[in-house]
Amino acid sequence: MAAAEKSDLARRGAGRLNGPMAPTPTPIAAPPRVAEIFALFFRIGAVSFGGGMSAWIRREVVHKRGWLEESQFLAGLAMSQIAPGANGVNIAVFVGAQLRGLAGASAAFAGLIGLPAVMLLGLGWLYFATQGGAVDAVVGKALAGVAAGATGLVLANGIRLARRNARSLPALAIIAANALALGVGRFNLLAVLAVSLPISLVLAWRELRR
Amino acid sequence: MIGTLVNLAVMFFVLGMLSIGGGNAILADMQAATVHTYGWMTEKEFLDIFALSRAAPGPGTLVVALIGLKAAGLLGAVVAFLAMFAPPFGIMYGAARAWRRARGMAWYAVAERGLAPIAIGFSFAGGLVLLQAGEFSVLRLAITAAATTALALTETHPMLVMLAGAGLMLAAG
Repeated sequence: MAAAEKSDLARRGAGRLNGPMAPTPTPIAAPPRVAEIFALFFRIGAVSFGGGMSAWIRREVVHKRGWLEESQFLAGLAMSQIAPGANGVNIAVFVGAQLRGLAGASAAFAGLIGLPAVMLLGLGWLYFATQGGAVDAVVGKALAGVAAGATGLVLANGIRLARRNARSLPALAIIAANALALGVGRFNLLAVLAVSLPISLVLAWRELRR
Repeated sequence: MIGTLVNLAVMFFVLGMLSIGGGNAILADMQAATVHTYGWMTEKEFLDIFALSRAAPGPGTLVVALIGLKAAGLLGAVVAFLAMFAPPFGIMYGAARAWRRARGMAWYAVAERGLAPIAIGFSFAGGLVLLQAGEFSVLRLAITAAATTALALTETHPMLVMLAGAGLMLAAG
């Protein structure tokens, strides 16, 4: 009991160091408990209206809590985008697995998707039961406004990441080319990757050798 | 009933494995199978529940649970959900484990640094796709621009920004 309290205090102390005073939080020594992982992802799942789950997760996991280094998170994010499945769910599984293995990954997954799944089933049941009458009330102007805000969250997340991690002009060019090819040109993701990933890796290798 | 469940499981397992880069990649195939191949719902119903799952919390691909619900009730929803989400979970968990083990290897730092611009570029791409979704509206663009600025430059809570967006859209009628 006493030991548990002590470690909790130590954890909170470490959390305080990662506050606004420290611009780049360092990972805390003891990873969060499985219950804490579940609780955080449950909260993110509850608020991720209109998309932008990965942006929420970066904000909470890296920026607010310092559970992962940003470089580690970014590598996981790239894998999440390349692997099949929803990006937000994938990065949650990655974060959970890094922190607490299979239990952490399961907690992050269940926390993130449990409430949205139940909510959507309820809304869907309502939709089919009322022959579509309820959907106009639900997918109305308010949700369009929320979605517009969520789009801002995604773009702001990209800007914050680019400001800190695009360390060279070629890296910036890769970011821009990927964003335009996929987001505007709508090229196949694997085709974009086949061109940009080798270039990016060679670039990283040359920069690190210097 | 069993036949429908098997169809749901096979279809969403395959679509799930093809959903590289997220749900948008498989939307057209999902619509074709749901509306035309199996006739589980009308075109309008599909578009409505897709909009619903996009706007509601959670990933847009949760729409598969509603397709399962319509096709075969609650059990159908569970089967569709598991078929869609369990395999990517396994793949991502395996990738995360391999990545954790690779820490300290010579190529790890290169891979980490090389993957960063890819992840950031794809994140922007996601924002650009969202920007082009739905009907064009100057007000929506203005809300997104203001939200981007506020969230990139200040510590404003995203929920506050999204509520403000909802309020503005309602106020504008």
